[in-house]
This record gives sequence, C-alpha cells and structure tokens, in this order.
Amino acid sequence: MAKTTMIKAITQALEEELKRDKNVLVFGEDVGRNGGVFRATDGLQDKIGKDQVFDTPLAESGIGGLAVGLALTGFRPVPEIQFFGFVFEVMDEIAAQIARTHFRLGGTRKMPVTIRAPFGGGVHTPELHSDSLEGLMAQTPGLKVVIPSDPYDAKGLLISAIRSDDPVVFLEHMKLYRSFKQEVPDGAYTVALDKAAIKREGKDVSIITYGYMVHESLRAAEDLAKEGIEAEVVDLRTVSPLDEETILKSVKRTGKVVLVQEAQRQAGINAQVAALIAEKGILSLEAPIGRVDAPDTPYPFSDAEQIWLPNKADIIEKVKETVNF
Amino acid sequence: MTQKIDFDALKTISPSEIKPLQVLDENGNVIDPDFFPDLSDEKIVELFKKMLWSRVLDERSTKLNRQGRLGFFAPTAGEEASQIASEFAMEKSDFLLPAYRDVPQLVMHGLPLEKAFLWSRGHVLGNEYADDLAALPPQIIIGAQYVQAAGVALGLKKKGAKNVAYTYTGDGGTSQGDFYEGINFAGAYQAPAIFVVQNNGYAISVPRAVQTVAPTLAQKGLAAGIPGLQVDGMDALAVYLVMSEARKYSVAGNGPVLIETLTYRFGPHTLSGDDPHRYRTAEEEDEWRKKDPLVRVRTYLDKKGLWSAEQEEAVVAEVNEEINEAMKKTEQAPKQKVSEYLQNVFVETPPTLEEQIAKFAAKEEE
Ligand SMILES: Cc1ncc(C[n+]2csc(CCOP(=O)(O)OP(=O)(O)O)c2C)c(N)n1
Ligand SMILES: [Mg+2]
Repeated sequence: MAKTTMIKAITQALEEELKRDKNVLVFGEDVGRNGGVFRATDGLQDKIGKDQVFDTPLAESGIGGLAVGLALTGFRPVPEIQFFGFVFEVMDEIAAQIARTHFRLGGTRKMPVTIRAPFGGGVHTPELHSDSLEGLMAQTPGLKVVIPSDPYDAKGLLISAIRSDDPVVFLEHMKLYRSFKQEVPDGAYTVALDKAAIKREGKDVSIITYGYMVHESLRAAEDLAKEGIEAEVVDLRTVSPLDEETILKSVKRTGKVVLVQEAQRQAGINAQVAALIAEKGILSLEAPIGRVDAPDTPYPFSDAEQIWLPNKADIIEKVKETVNF
Repeated sequence: MTQKIDFDALKTISPSEIKPLQVLDENGNVIDPDFFPDLSDEKIVELFKKMLWSRVLDERSTKLNRQGRLGFFAPTAGEEASQIASEFAMEKSDFLLPAYRDVPQLVMHGLPLEKAFLWSRGHVLGNEYADDLAALPPQIIIGAQYVQAAGVALGLKKKGAKNVAYTYTGDGGTSQGDFYEGINFAGAYQAPAIFVVQNNGYAISVPRAVQTVAPTLAQKGLAAGIPGLQVDGMDALAVYLVMSEARKYSVAGNGPVLIETLTYRFGPHTLSGDDPHRYRTAEEEDEWRKKDPLVRVRTYLDKKGLWSAEQEEAVVAEVNEEINEAMKKTEQAPKQKVSEYLQNVFVETPPTLEEQIAKFAAKEEE
C-alpha cells in the first residue's frame, strides 16, 4: 500500500495484467520507448518486452483494426488512443466492429478489448484533445464505458476491464492524472464494472456525477454542508450501462437530485440518468431534476475553457435551487 | 512550358531510383547548374530573410510559451527549408491546408502574426480569417488535411482557377488512411494538389522506420498513379525548385504531385512535455545540426557577397520588433464569451440554444 497518482495506478494495473496474462497486449502511438505522451506506459516495454508492449504506425483506425484481429486470434488487446478527441478516426472499428462482433456472430466470438484514452477539459490543450465524448460511446450497444475518478478506482476498474470479455472504453480524465495521490494497494485487485460508488453520504440531495466532476461535486458538497445542506455524491464510474440500483436507492433516500457532467447538455449521460429517474424513481422526487453541464457548443478554444466548463459554483447554485424548490 | 523535372516519368519510376534531389551541397556549392531554380539573387536573399524570420519566431515562441504568454507551440527550427522554401514557391491565391507545425507558412501566406499567436493561446479571433485568405487553420487531426486538399483541388479545377491546393503532413501522417485517400482522390480527378510530406524522422517518439517498411515515403505516390519525389529538406533551393516545378505541372492540368522532404526538427515535438532524449541521441541531433538549412543558404550568399553579419543583425532586430508588436495586439484581445460561441454553432440558431445564450449573456454582464 502506497500513496500514488492516478497515472501511476494505471501503469500498475497495466503491468499487473501484462505479467499475469501473456495474451494481454498494450499498443498505440508512442506507448513503447516513450512510455506514452502522459507516461501511462512508462517503463513497461523495458520490463515486459516488445512482444507485449509496442508502438504502432500513426493510424487510429489501424489500431482499432489491429485490436479486432488480435482479439480474434486469442489475444486481449489494450490499445491506447492518444487523445480521445481522435476517436472519430477509429469510430467505425469501435462502434461498428468491436462493439458488435459478439452480436454479429451470434455470440460465438468475443471482443475482450480495452480501449484506453485520455480526455477531459481544463488542461489547456489544442482543439480535439479535451472533448467529453462518452455520450457517443454510451449510445453504442455492446460497449461498456468506464470513467474512473481516483487512483484506487482507476487501478481496480482497469484490471476488471482488461479481464472482461466484453469491450470496454476506459476514459482517463487528464486533470486527474497527477492532481492528487491516494492509497492504492500493491498487486492486482478489481473494482466491479457494474457498480456506482457513493463518494459522500448525505440526506438532502443526491448529486450524481462521474469523472473529474466528482471532485467539483465533493467540493460543492463541503461548502453546502457549511450551510446545512447534506449532499450525497454518487460516482457512476461506469457510465454505460448504468448501475440503476445505486442511483434509484440514493434518489429514494434524498428525494432530490442534481446531475452533473462535464460534457455538453445534449444527449449525454445526464439525460440518460434523468430518463431513468423519471421512469423508475419519479415517485421519490420532491423537486424537478437539476442538471449541470456544459453549453451545447464544440469544446471551446482553450483560453476560454474555464468559463465554459461547469464548476463548483454552478453545482452549488443548482443544488440550492433544487433543495429550495 | 519547359520543366526541369520530368514529373510524368516519375509516375512509373522504380522505387529504388527515388533519390533526394539537391541543389546546394552542405558547403553551399551548386551541384548541377541545370537544376538551379529560376530565382534572382534578390529573391534568394528574400527567401533567406524569411527563413531567418522563421528561426527567430521559433526561438521567441518557445520563450513566450515558457513565460505563459503563448499556448500550444510545435517547434519549427531545422525545418525552415522544407517549410519556408515550399511556401515561397506558392501564390497567395493558392489554397494552403497546414498542419499544427506549419504556422510559419500560414503567416507567410497572409495570416497576421497576432492571429497565429491568438490561435496558439486558444482564442477564436485567431481563427476568424479574412475573406481573401486562401487557407484553413492548422489541422490538429493528422491526415484530415490531405483528403480535404483533394476536395479543394477539385473545386479549383471545376472553377477553372489557375491555382493549386497544397498541404503538409509528417512522416507519421503518411500512415493514416486519409493520406492514401487524399492522394488517390486527387489522382483520380487529376486535381491540382501538391502534397508535401515533411519527413523529420519521427512522429513524436516513433521513428520513421516503425511507420512503414517502404524505403521511401515518396514512392507512395506510385500506387496512386501520381508523381512522387524526394528532396533534401535541408536544402532550401532544392525544395523551392521542386515545389515551383510541381506547381507549374499541376496548374497546367497534369494532376497532383507528392513531395517528400527529408528534414529534422532540432527541438522537441511540442512544448507540452516532450523530451527528445527519450527516443533519440544527442549525436544524431548534432549530425543533423550540421545540415542546418540556414547555414547552407547563408554560406551560398556569403560566397557571392550577397549577405553580411550587419544585414543579419538588422533582420533579427526587425523580426523581434514585429513579434513584440504582434504580442502587444495579442494581449489586447477581448475576453471570449460563451454567449458568442453559442451564436456560432449554427447559422440558424435554434430555440434551445437561445435559452443558453440568454443564460450566459446574463452571467457575462455581471
Ligand atoms: C488523428 C491524430 N492522431 C494522433 C495525434 C497526436 N499526434 C500529434 S502530432 C503526432 C505525431 C505526428 O508525427 P508526424 O506526422 O511525423 O509529424 P511531425 O509532428 O513530426 O511534424 C501525433 C501522434 C493527432 N494530433 N491526430
Ligand atoms: Mg515527423
């Protein structure tokens, strides 16, 4: 047990699985000698060898196709897309091929692929590096979409993802890579892919969120507590498919709900959670469902990202509106 | 029309015959007078000044980035022959589709320097282009500009314009599907496009040899049925020759050309945390520094008595002044507004966005 950052926890998870199973293959642009542009694969090629950890030519569609082919020949591919904003280049392989292979072949073939990628705003990148595109993935049947919010979850969820026989899109928020450390056990452990986590208990309102927004929500909850409002913070962790039980139980306890996502409003995870609550939890509600999200523009020019991204103040405002309804 | 380069012959050449074309050797001597570009002495001096401008811009941009006054920057030092001499051969009315490293060409093509700086900082004003600027902002998605260049070229052809579309990618970029689609489409329509591959040996950390086992990148033109050739990308006069010849050929209705420039970036990939010594040696860097494209042209001019240290000093001072001026304007740019962003999502703004616009406008008032 040692305190470690999320990026190091991810490296540990990869190392554990590469060692445990020779069929696990980590590949992508710059993941070899360079150890990835964020150093997520730092040192792995040296420790494990080029057979299991290797660079690809620069082509995301090629990386996706490679994953399909390697999965069909008995491997467990863990490709990296250097930034998730480049996913459009490999959308066909992910959404139209990897996600449906099990279905297309009537359940006779599987795609144990884990696609890792950094994403998320607030770190001043050029365009198409920071976009929250999990909604596109969540709309694709056959994919699990996982977004950890801390080092402990990141390691356990990634190990679960790699061991899963279903394809997983594993999205790592760049702002969380090195922003804080947490106790992370040595060795392998798993965190369930189908369970949301209560990151803070509270009786007055449920804030349901994921990714970096978990931290903005926790900070908001602390401030709200000073004003006598006890907010519960639910971290979805797997944004698709949803852990309906945890969501509905929390809503039932508090009767009030605010949904928080970094992504734009339209057709996102918030909308899916809102629909779920409207469908199966409406009788617990004492106020309209509150939503905090980004405006419906493409991800902004980076100098303006701080005024565009949702933050603690937006969450506090929406929670008060909901609680005082 | 006379051409110094027989492009049609290059369509059926054997890959093993593809050799980098040179005009000046490393000591600034002319190798073959028959392959000297149509450039007057004054023009060569002008070209050199532009290369110097680019080198100073690179140094200053790096410093400004470190001071937090500029944002994203992909260093260009070492690639001046490839970048500046290629742009130098083009017309303002030709359409430029640059990648993230090709900011110098874009500024030479007509983008005001402060707009390039605003782009770097992440400001929408950096992307508001004058109507007569025939260019797109630097492309971030590697390869995307290649397919689009085929489209622009076809558009130019349909309009009967005597212009080309020209675009850049790197050695890494040639692995993208878009690269092949772009050169093939332009070939299929015999559209006036010039595709430049700036082969600087690395795609971030990945060496050129990992991209493909093909011995050259120029030979990729063969499969598309278009001429492909290699040029010494540290030799500005050679790059100019090849580009100007390719432009002539393409404008005359002969279809696209693929050009691989052999070059090197002296600095890191970008200033966002890249450490070149994780993937290449200092010795290798020294070898390439000996081929500095500025040194080669300077030596040539020196020998002809066309350049002096005083002139160089004056130009450097001028460029620094130009950068200071542009930086001043950059730092005076108004704060961006989300309400204005929302108005630019659609031409016809839907009611759902009107609500968001009102919300942000109210906040921005505060
Ligand atoms: C579609 C896409 N994939 C990956 C990247 C990340 N990336 C930016 S530059 C780069 C390397 C490009 O190398 P090369 O084409 O040789 O051009 P150079 O940077 O050397 O000029 C990579 C992988 C990107 N911007 N777009
Ligand atoms: Mg390169």
